[in-house]
Amino acid sequence: MPYPYLKIDHVDKSFTRGTTETEVLKDITLGIEKGEYVSIIGHSGCGKSTLLNLVAGLLPVSAGCVLLENKEVNDPGPDRAVVFQNHSLLPWLTVYGNVKLAVDKVFGSSKSRAERHAWVMHNLDLVQMGHAKDKRPAEISGGMKQRVGLARALAMEPKVLLLDEPFGALDALTRAHLQDSVMAIHSKLGNTVMMITHDVDEAVLLSDRIVMMTNGPAARIGEVLDVPLARPRKRLALAADPTYLKCRQRVLEFLYERHRFVEAA
Amino acid sequence: MNMPLRTTETVMALPASSAAVVAIPTKQVPFATRLRTHAQNIAVNVIPPVLVIALVLVVWQVLCSKPGASLPPPLKVLDDTWELIIDPFFDRGGLDKGLFWHMSASLQRVALGYALAAIAGVALGTLVGQSTWAMRGLDPIFQVLRTVPPLAWLPLSLAAFRNGQPSAIFVIFITAIWPVIINTAVGIRNIPQDYRNVAQVLRLNHLEFFFKIMVPAAAPYIFTGLRIGIGLSWLAIVAAEMLIGGVGIGFFIWDAWNSSRISEIILALVYVGLVGFILDRIVAAAATIVTRGTAAN
Repeated sequence: MPYPYLKIDHVDKSFTRGTTETEVLKDITLGIEKGEYVSIIGHSGCGKSTLLNLVAGLLPVSAGCVLLENKEVNDPGPDRAVVFQNHSLLPWLTVYGNVKLAVDKVFGSSKSRAERHAWVMHNLDLVQMGHAKDKRPAEISGGMKQRVGLARALAMEPKVLLLDEPFGALDALTRAHLQDSVMAIHSKLGNTVMMITHDVDEAVLLSDRIVMMTNGPAARIGEVLDVPLARPRKRLALAADPTYLKCRQRVLEFLYERHRFVEAA
Repeated sequence: MNMPLRTTETVMALPASSAAVVAIPTKQVPFATRLRTHAQNIAVNVIPPVLVIALVLVVWQVLCSKPGASLPPPLKVLDDTWELIIDPFFDRGGLDKGLFWHMSASLQRVALGYALAAIAGVALGTLVGQSTWAMRGLDPIFQVLRTVPPLAWLPLSLAAFRNGQPSAIFVIFITAIWPVIINTAVGIRNIPQDYRNVAQVLRLNHLEFFFKIMVPAAAPYIFTGLRIGIGLSWLAIVAAEMLIGGVGIGFFIWDAWNSSRISEIILALVYVGLVGFILDRIVAAAATIVTRGTAAN
């Protein structure tokens, strides 16, 4: 059987503080194909961000391994670019400078100065932020910051794009705009995306597959749902689409019936 | 926003807003009104300090004009020191120089000691902030040493250097370095994990991380330390110069005291205060320029 593009293979993760050991993730196995858009959904605290950090290499796995193109990845790198939930732009650099930092680091030896400049602008234009290139992060809105974060990640030409609740801190309208942008970019570039979310509609709208996680501690993959909706997808048309509604229903059932988050009540 | 209603069925990149930017003409404020607002602003800031200073001078004049007063009143101070004020640049050889030369000698010592303290302080602060091991080892030493009064170092440094000049510079160095170290370390420790994650994903090496993430992220803290440091070094230089002698404002004050020229002491104090204030402003201004955009997120 051929290996998937990105393989999370029997990964456990536990945190140790003093003598107490907390098991966060237990036996996670997941394969993501090239060009696939996979969402991880679950209640807060179930370890979905931990899973993303494991793939990003920001945290070491306790057992098992993460394979990208059949090679084990242990440390962070630009081949797995992350769009962080809180944008994580460097406030002392301009929008342009933030993307440039990544481009210079990743393509410093392979592209000329002019090419790097063009590549920065290309990626800023991709997220419609070219007009604000000289602004500092403090001077632009939350949605714009997230766009710049996305441009920075895309500019690294990652093999896998990791989105850590990228729209979580945004209002509903801005979020819809950004989701449309992400869909457009995904269909244009065919990125492999792994997205953490807690928004059911977002997951169904954007994903090819939805991975639902059980509640922690020792969270596992509870169910994987294929979303058989044709792309390109239209938000408005899908609102009444039976397949869309069925998928949505399945996720909601999983989250609120079979794996209700008791502590949150 | 003036976005056209989208009717296309395919999802594509959001169209750039097609609405033209309409400049709203700013209302022209009449010149006279602007001038008046400006004058008001200045008056609000200038009148209170001028009034208070005048009041203090009057009270001082009244109190010290009585026969048998031990300190001279302000008008007598002005009269006694008029020559020093109008000609700060005279140089009659030896230690008999104008106030400018004394001040400049002190400033040179401070500049050298402070510059060394800034460099060493940021380096040590980075080490302590970055490495837990270094923090555990060095922090207790720093916490004890920083409470040692600056002048207590002077005899030791005189013994080590056998010369007044480097000893004074060392005293400035050792006075100014602690706030720089401690604030830098706090700044480095407070670098948000987000920035570290970004650096890790980009695989920045240590040098790149230091210059591109650490220094800008910790700059507000570093400058707080530098600002406290410049104040402390200016405090210490006067005391140190009183003991080591030679040209310098500290020695000038001590010399004036020994010859009972109280008016000259008062004049020197005013100068010391003003220069200290200017030094503080300079570092503060440098901080605003360098950390522009850093503090806000």
